[in-house]
Amino acid sequence: MLHGLAAVFFYLFALVAIGSAFMVISARNPVHSVLFLILTFFNAAGLFLLAGAEFLALILLIVYVGAVMVLFLFVVMMLDVDFAELKTGALQYAPIGALVGLILVAELIVVTGGYIFEPKLLASAAQPIPDLLVRSNTAALGDIIYTDYIYYFQVAGMVLLVAMIGAIVLTLRHKAGVKRQSIPEQVARTPANAIEIKKVETGKGI
Amino acid sequence: MTMDLLSSLSLSTPELILAVGAMVLLMVGAYSRGNSSTAVTGLAVAILALAAVWILVAQAHGTAFAGAYVQDDFSVFMKVLTLAGSAFTLIMYVGFAKVERFDNFEYPVLVMLSTLGMMVMISANSLLALYLGFELQSLALYVVAAINRESARSSEAGLKYFVLGALGTGMMLYGISLTYGYTGSIDFAKVAAAVTGERQLGALFGLIFILAGLTFKISAVPFHMWTPDVYEGAPTPITAFFAVSPKVATMALILRVTMDAFAPAASEWQQIIVFISIASMVLGSFAAIGQRNFKRMMAYSSIGHMGFCLVGLAADSEAGIRGVVIYMLIYVAMTLGTFAFIIAMRRKEGQVERIDDLAGCASTNPWMATILTILLFSLAGIPPLAGFWAKWYVFLAAINSGLYALAVIGVLTSVVAAFYYLRIIKIMWFDETAGGFLPMAGELRFVFGLSGAFVLFYVLIGGPISTYAEAAARSFF
Repeated sequence: MLHGLAAVFFYLFALVAIGSAFMVISARNPVHSVLFLILTFFNAAGLFLLAGAEFLALILLIVYVGAVMVLFLFVVMMLDVDFAELKTGALQYAPIGALVGLILVAELIVVTGGYIFEPKLLASAAQPIPDLLVRSNTAALGDIIYTDYIYYFQVAGMVLLVAMIGAIVLTLRHKAGVKRQSIPEQVARTPANAIEIKKVETGKGI
Repeated sequence: MTMDLLSSLSLSTPELILAVGAMVLLMVGAYSRGNSSTAVTGLAVAILALAAVWILVAQAHGTAFAGAYVQDDFSVFMKVLTLAGSAFTLIMYVGFAKVERFDNFEYPVLVMLSTLGMMVMISANSLLALYLGFELQSLALYVVAAINRESARSSEAGLKYFVLGALGTGMMLYGISLTYGYTGSIDFAKVAAAVTGERQLGALFGLIFILAGLTFKISAVPFHMWTPDVYEGAPTPITAFFAVSPKVATMALILRVTMDAFAPAASEWQQIIVFISIASMVLGSFAAIGQRNFKRMMAYSSIGHMGFCLVGLAADSEAGIRGVVIYMLIYVAMTLGTFAFIIAMRRKEGQVERIDDLAGCASTNPWMATILTILLFSLAGIPPLAGFWAKWYVFLAAINSGLYALAVIGVLTSVVAAFYYLRIIKIMWFDETAGGFLPMAGELRFVFGLSGAFVLFYVLIGGPISTYAEAAARSFF
């Protein structure tokens, strides 16, 4: 159980997370939705921190807020989609949505609370979480990722390398005649080569 | 721990050579502005060859990385075969890239990374290594399928391959999660131990989904739909790569999954393999008859060959595995030669790939026609060429295991398949000429001649190869 300051922060993070999650689906402006989603992630990260999972909290911020949400913002702003029109009649799907939500809740309870129904589960974990007072979360992850799982970790790194090469190979085009900024060139400009002085005859124009 | 890691690293030196080599070549390509494609390709071939030589010389056996990686005679054989396949397809790419103005240093690098994935697959000893290797291989394959951005068909091939491949990977991942859930381990040995007891339906469901994902990559029926379009759409040397290395690696992985992880459930997966094998043989022989494009025909031909190869696995015996190993070797040799010919089907106007374009080729390019005839006879399985021995070993194993129906269907479908190979020979030797081809480039002539010689003189070298294949097969028993 949480006591004192930790409890205050827990309820703060939890309430703001739920409130902003609700705003994500009810906001009219899609940009607001995305911003509320970012707020939700921030509060979820706070909850992770309270639980002692500081690695997950930071990953959530870096990956979701830092990369995925920025991408979402770009997509929302750049695509011309009429979200108000998309939302009309969304309420008629509410029963199905509620059903899916219910199933999801049930599954989450089974996954995260399974050890309450079946106490043996905790013992069967391949790598039990060490006591937070003994070893921090990040250090504990590092203990196994760089030893037992180094092979998988490195191969996964190669997969990401291939993904990066692939994205560049398939999309980068070297077009001729693209105007690019060249700062040395700009700095090196002098009045002599930047300005052309012409003698204009009176009443004629150039 | 450090000693453990050091011995693991020394066991996986060939993989390290490839990984580091690929990254170095990437830098070389990126920092040498343009025109580095030929040099990078040459270096890539050298690194692949170095890895293969290292494997052959070191002959290191054992497991590494806490059981994630296994190196045995089987790994050695299949890895060298895969590396050779990749190296030869890269050699065939050099001239093509020059003629088609296809300056792409990323292609050899991606081939190397894909080959690295294949080696991880061949050495996989846990479900996680299986998945990561498979994904590393596939991701690079999707990219190289679409690498010719100027061609709409290449992009189509890449997209089709990617979407269907992602579906296959998804199914495989689902199967892995089921297997893990029901057996409680990702380690092949522990999975096998868990399947030994009472049959768990869940784990078998997992096996079925894993096999679905894997047979997708060797384009066995019913997961073959992508093959003709991807073969036709991708640039020809890249098609050659698709036809060779990924099939060897995936076939090796199928053997690992069935013979290692699910060995106790042999009676269950045997039914699946028998069905896939029959379906592939039948579709491969009948659907190829109507094809007018040489590359599409080779796609159906490869579907059929994978069916024949799986006959050996269905036998579930040491002789059967030996048959599969020999079949893959001979399949690689025949396919490389045939694709070297397809790349050389070039007139002044440009590349051609229809079967009718071969008409009268025997009078204009007699040597090319002669060697292709030998290769086609071998693909059809006519003695004493290599293709006959490939089929001989797998059918013999099937008969020894009592799978008479499978063997009979196999022989009948190979008779049907002989029709379309023989038709090409007839078109080449007896039809009016449709204009000859330009002379073959040197590196193509090298691969083509080597492949022809291998197929023709297999009888002489078959003995020692069979000994190696037997040693490889013994790894599972």
